[in-house]
Amino acid sequence: MNHAAHPSTDLEVNAVEKSFADYRAVDRLSFSVNRGSFFSILGPSGCGKTTLLRMIAGFIQPDGGDIRIGGRSMSGVAPNQRPINMVFQQLALFPMMTVGENVAFGLARRGMGKAERLRKAEAMLERVSLGGSAHKKVDALSGGQRQRVAIARSLVLEPTLLLLDEPLGALDLKLREHMKIELKQLQAAFGTTFVYITHDQSEALVLSDLVGVMNKGRFEQLGTPQSLYYDPATPFVAGFVGANNRIAGRVDAMASGLATLTTAEGWTLEARTKGDVTVGQAVLAYVRPEAAVLARDPHQLPGCRRSHSGRVDSVLFDGANSAVLIQESQSKVEFRIALPQTGQFSDLVPGETIHFAFDGERAVCFAAGATA
Amino acid sequence: MTDAGPLWMRRLLLGLLLAPALLWLFLLIVLPHLDLALVSFRERVAPREYVTSLAQYRTFFIEPLYWQIFVRTAILSVIATAVTLVVAFPVAWTIAKIARGRSAALLFMVCLIPFWVSETVRTLGWMILLRESGVMPALLVKLGLVASPPELLYHDATILVGLVYTSLLFMMVPLVSSLESLDNALIEAAYDLGASGFTVLRTIVIPHAAPGITAGCIVVFMLTLGNYLTPNLLGGTSSQWFTEQIYNQFITRFNWEQGAAFGFLLLALSTGMVWLGLKASGQRFADVMQRA
Amino acid sequence: MRRLAPLVLALMAFLTVSVATADDSKRLRIISWADYVPADVIADFQKETGIKVEVTLSNNEEMISKLRATGGAGFDLAQPSQDRILGAQQEFRIYKPIDLSKVQTAEFLPDLVDTVRKNASLDGKLYALPYVWGTEGLVYNGKKTKIADYTDLCRADLKGKVAVRLKRPTLMAFAFASGKDPFALYNNVKAYSALMDEVGKTLAACKSNFRFFYDNKDQLLNGVRSGEITAAMMWDSGGWNLGRENPDIHFINPKSGAIAWLDTYALPARGKNDAGAYAWINFTMRPAVAARIARQIGNFTASKGADALMDPKLKAQFAVTFPDGLKNVRWYPAIPPGLEEIEGKVLDRIKAAN
Repeated sequence: MNHAAHPSTDLEVNAVEKSFADYRAVDRLSFSVNRGSFFSILGPSGCGKTTLLRMIAGFIQPDGGDIRIGGRSMSGVAPNQRPINMVFQQLALFPMMTVGENVAFGLARRGMGKAERLRKAEAMLERVSLGGSAHKKVDALSGGQRQRVAIARSLVLEPTLLLLDEPLGALDLKLREHMKIELKQLQAAFGTTFVYITHDQSEALVLSDLVGVMNKGRFEQLGTPQSLYYDPATPFVAGFVGANNRIAGRVDAMASGLATLTTAEGWTLEARTKGDVTVGQAVLAYVRPEAAVLARDPHQLPGCRRSHSGRVDSVLFDGANSAVLIQESQSKVEFRIALPQTGQFSDLVPGETIHFAFDGERAVCFAAGATA
Repeated sequence: MTDAGPLWMRRLLLGLLLAPALLWLFLLIVLPHLDLALVSFRERVAPREYVTSLAQYRTFFIEPLYWQIFVRTAILSVIATAVTLVVAFPVAWTIAKIARGRSAALLFMVCLIPFWVSETVRTLGWMILLRESGVMPALLVKLGLVASPPELLYHDATILVGLVYTSLLFMMVPLVSSLESLDNALIEAAYDLGASGFTVLRTIVIPHAAPGITAGCIVVFMLTLGNYLTPNLLGGTSSQWFTEQIYNQFITRFNWEQGAAFGFLLLALSTGMVWLGLKASGQRFADVMQRA
Repeated sequence: MRRLAPLVLALMAFLTVSVATADDSKRLRIISWADYVPADVIADFQKETGIKVEVTLSNNEEMISKLRATGGAGFDLAQPSQDRILGAQQEFRIYKPIDLSKVQTAEFLPDLVDTVRKNASLDGKLYALPYVWGTEGLVYNGKKTKIADYTDLCRADLKGKVAVRLKRPTLMAFAFASGKDPFALYNNVKAYSALMDEVGKTLAACKSNFRFFYDNKDQLLNGVRSGEITAAMMWDSGGWNLGRENPDIHFINPKSGAIAWLDTYALPARGKNDAGAYAWINFTMRPAVAARIARQIGNFTASKGADALMDPKLKAQFAVTFPDGLKNVRWYPAIPPGLEEIEGKVLDRIKAAN
């Protein structure tokens, strides 16, 4: 925080790689994380994100490349000597100690006196709204409280970097939603740089300043949550971040970055091109469910857009996230469209015919077979 | 009605199921002990004539010889238990945390091998290795470490070696099981928070493994205290084990009364030590026994 | 408890039935010393009588303890030493008297029968018959040392090279070597105690000479063979055996006299096959059988006719060890009850001494 005058990087990863037997977990990866930011690494399980995190923490030695934390190279520095702390997936609170002892553990390792460290631990617990819990047993706490203890245990050491390894994974949905917000607030309050690992795109989008979408040991895209969502760089990102309708087709025509494509069954639609796309090429198009608008009467659709129709397959009611699954009349492709929050169309019934349209600028298409 | 029936019926059923075990317990453990207890409070006054008295226990406290053997046995057993723990811990750690799959099983097997032969054969094996004309002294001479073959048998240290060897497995099993249940993330978390290897051992590993350690120590201590063969065969001319004294009283002196009293004193000793051990380590007997 | 009682009874009945189904008259259970009941003799005996012999190996103390534990049941024939019968019988009533009418008394050496009669009779009833006898003396390796009496085992030059048993024969031997006669003090508890205390001190003082106290014969035999032990108290057959293997090893009659033991036949009080036991006694006292057994044990038998059939080599060795016959040999008299306790404490003190 005191270096806020000239924002600098807290973590630099340069061409780091790691292989296990014939399997490449991390493939010459480079990125840097700015001081005080919330950085997420998002990817499916097996993408190498945990390996990457463990290399940053020092539990695994990279095969090549360099990791610098706070400007200092970490090669040859043991985990207990690094200016970072980690919140583990299952939290790894010490069950043989009280909450206070857990939080004071790292301070004791730095040789701080007992009275002093217990006072600091209590103050820290206060900041995570757990004042007065120091004497409690770890297993007497709720899931959310334990989460906060785990974070407090790390933050009390004022690390340059806090690593979080899917810390919300073990919580139930409601608590997870709540803890997302709490984590964000905590990070803002402490100003510590967070490096957060998750396979849950919603967590990454909500929490992060920057997200690296990882796949097969590499970053597919590094950007703000907005850019990932609205401007995915690869089909993988388009498919992985947020819900998306995927349609395979062939390009008929191109005009100012907008491609007109037709599926094998003859359904024609429009999408913005990403990367090298030429006429006649096989492409994959992605359309967000909320990009399309519905109408019972095709004339009520915005005039400038191409209109499509389909038969209602099923209505998925989920409050604000309600959607309808439609079978497009031409191609029989399943197409998901978000229901407007106004409650309109909540009376749709399966079998009904419905019309829809979307702005081609809000759909993207990639050359098929580039990276799926 | 799939219910098991009225309460009394279920109780009867449970009773019948437990009957063989209870019968076993009663006939083979409780009854003989009751009989021994009665015998220990007898004193022979003339051939075939006995009176009730505390003479046998009095003898134990008056005769310093028996005291010395008793204390010696206790101390050596404690040392043997401690050494066993120190030797077994790294092996158990390797099996539980480092070795994977086949190599872990192999390591365990290596610890099990000594138990394929009887204790007698094992002990005689040690004798063949350690005696003056045996393998080890010859090796020491060959290596030029000593001028003439030393006698490695018949020392207290030899007894300890034999006891530790015999006890290793019984320490390993509860240790491995308690170390296996230790989440690796706890160790990494401690490292991550700045702990050194020793601190991790002291603050995380040992507290977690405490029930296993206590269970192993109790089992080994009791086995060691009650061992007869190993101290007898490996020990020197001055080494007496308390069990040897009990055997002597029963078999060679025909003094069942004294032997029974000694037996109960040994029982009291082991019970007392176990209680002390549990107290000192802050463990509960039930928790510990689940580990053993 | 009430519910358990029928179960206990049922269990006991089951055990009794299963044990009783074995035909007792076709089975002879002997508790004896190692080598005393050779397998080929068992086979011949079974061929002749149809009785199957089962052997349990033991020693004097265990024999008494086992029979005491069951009140004399579990075995049909025991072979304790003659001096250990009377005290045990007075105290524990574990034997039944011998019916001489069922024994071929003519086969026995009369001298030995007399010895047994003197030591193993109670209330005018005889409780044992002689079987095999031998002596316990000294053995040494002539290449490394030379000894003449028990006290020589405590010589400074034999430090760490001696082995004895930590048992009563050693106490007796050292008592004789000190010029006293412990057997004469058997019925004078006070004087006997004092003598034992004295012997105990002597032995404790020379403890550094003892490499180990041996408990089984192989431990001693191996020690002498390997040269770790150069002098020891030993039984005659073992000593002569070693002498045949290595002419440097001599078994001698010590100056204070070897101590002679005599092992016997005795009938446990609740034995189930007395007829079989008598048949075995008569069978094994036949000169040819007795000589065969004696050859295997390496000792002499109580069978009168067997002497002529004995191994001439053994006879020669006997003559070397005992040039004057058995003149300077002490026979164990019966031990009165209670002495073992006195000796036991002395033995414990020796063991505990530093």
